[in-house]
Amino acid sequence: MSFGKSQAEQIREISGVNPYKCMKCGKCSASCPSFTDMDIKPHQFVSYVQNDDAEALVNSKSLWKCLSCFACVERCPRDVKPGRLIDGARQVVVRQRGADYLTPEEIPERLDPELPQQLLVSAFRRYRR
Amino acid sequence: MKYSYYPGCTLKTKAKDLDIYARASARALGFKLEEIENWQCCGGVYPLGTDEIASKLSSVRALNAAKEKGQELVTLCSACHHVIKRVNDDMKNVDDIRTRANNYLELDEPYAGETAVLHYLEVLRDRIGFDVLREKIVNPLKGRKIGAYYGCLLLRPSSLMAFDNAENPTIIEDFIRAIGAEPVVYPYRNECCGGYISLKEQKMAQGMTSKIMDSAAGFGAEALITACPLCLYNLNLQDSETKIPVYYFTELLAEALGVKVQTSSETAEEVQAS
Repeated sequence: MSFGKSQAEQIREISGVNPYKCMKCGKCSASCPSFTDMDIKPHQFVSYVQNDDAEALVNSKSLWKCLSCFACVERCPRDVKPGRLIDGARQVVVRQRGADYLTPEEIPERLDPELPQQLLVSAFRRYRR
Repeated sequence: MKYSYYPGCTLKTKAKDLDIYARASARALGFKLEEIENWQCCGGVYPLGTDEIASKLSSVRALNAAKEKGQELVTLCSACHHVIKRVNDDMKNVDDIRTRANNYLELDEPYAGETAVLHYLEVLRDRIGFDVLREKIVNPLKGRKIGAYYGCLLLRPSSLMAFDNAENPTIIEDFIRAIGAEPVVYPYRNECCGGYISLKEQKMAQGMTSKIMDSAAGFGAEALITACPLCLYNLNLQDSETKIPVYYFTELLAEALGVKVQTSSETAEEVQAS
């Protein structure tokens, strides 16, 4: 489905988010527990998708800082769902061959005796196709 | 009362206590959890892409198994609950997902979101009732100051989860009162523990859970309870000076109901088999 489509179009399609609904109130960024670790902030996500220039967003480390905690989704007064938008950008990356953010080879060094299976499953789902 | 039950992967491994004490408590309260046969992992996180189908099928299979038995589906792990409840909403309300999932699964009768998904805490609140639970407590946890750690996945997005008020929840505090303890309300109880970030960036999760622990301890909590194995893991990663123990809510429930024989999993396995 991605052939011939811009990255911004792909993000809009995968996320199902309409970025034009955003009124830039900043509640998402104010609510985000990863705000300080993000280079592009949640309230800025929409701009890249509106302007059809998503390259910076797709290359942003923010993709890997989002925790899917849904605080932004819960508090958005316009129901824009910034958390879904950033997942759309993440999907555009991980659906490319060889672009996984997490590989099975990394796992042994990251294991500790208490680590729950749920953590491995969740991380693979978000970071890899 | 019988319910279909979806334990999830971690309740069979690292989070056995969450499962075992829930089953023992259910027996004491007079309801039965019938584990779904051949259930599959929910995937841990809800697939957010609107075109995701394959990653939702394990949830649909569990939901349909409950439907075929004419039972409500009970979950315990916050993540499983979140995923299965949201997939159920997709099957009920999103035509494209319902059509494609059913085309793939070829069930005897198409699944369209008929099953009610209940978290164990919702069973206690909405089916048993906290007032009835209170009457069945034989060992009230008097004087224990306990903080509820809600985290994210049970509460948000509240329009879909419909679990409680997402900003000011009360269900776990009401539960704590019902088992005879004293709830401690603190500001960070619905802040994120870091979730899956702790695999690659443990420091980020540590920072978040340290704030949660400091907040809870600062308001006088002597212990925290949670429904999520990953929250419990991340909370125990924290490296601040305050260190308060974190329990699964089912462990304290079993203790208050007088069915917590011993904490060793060996004994707990006997309880499960009985």
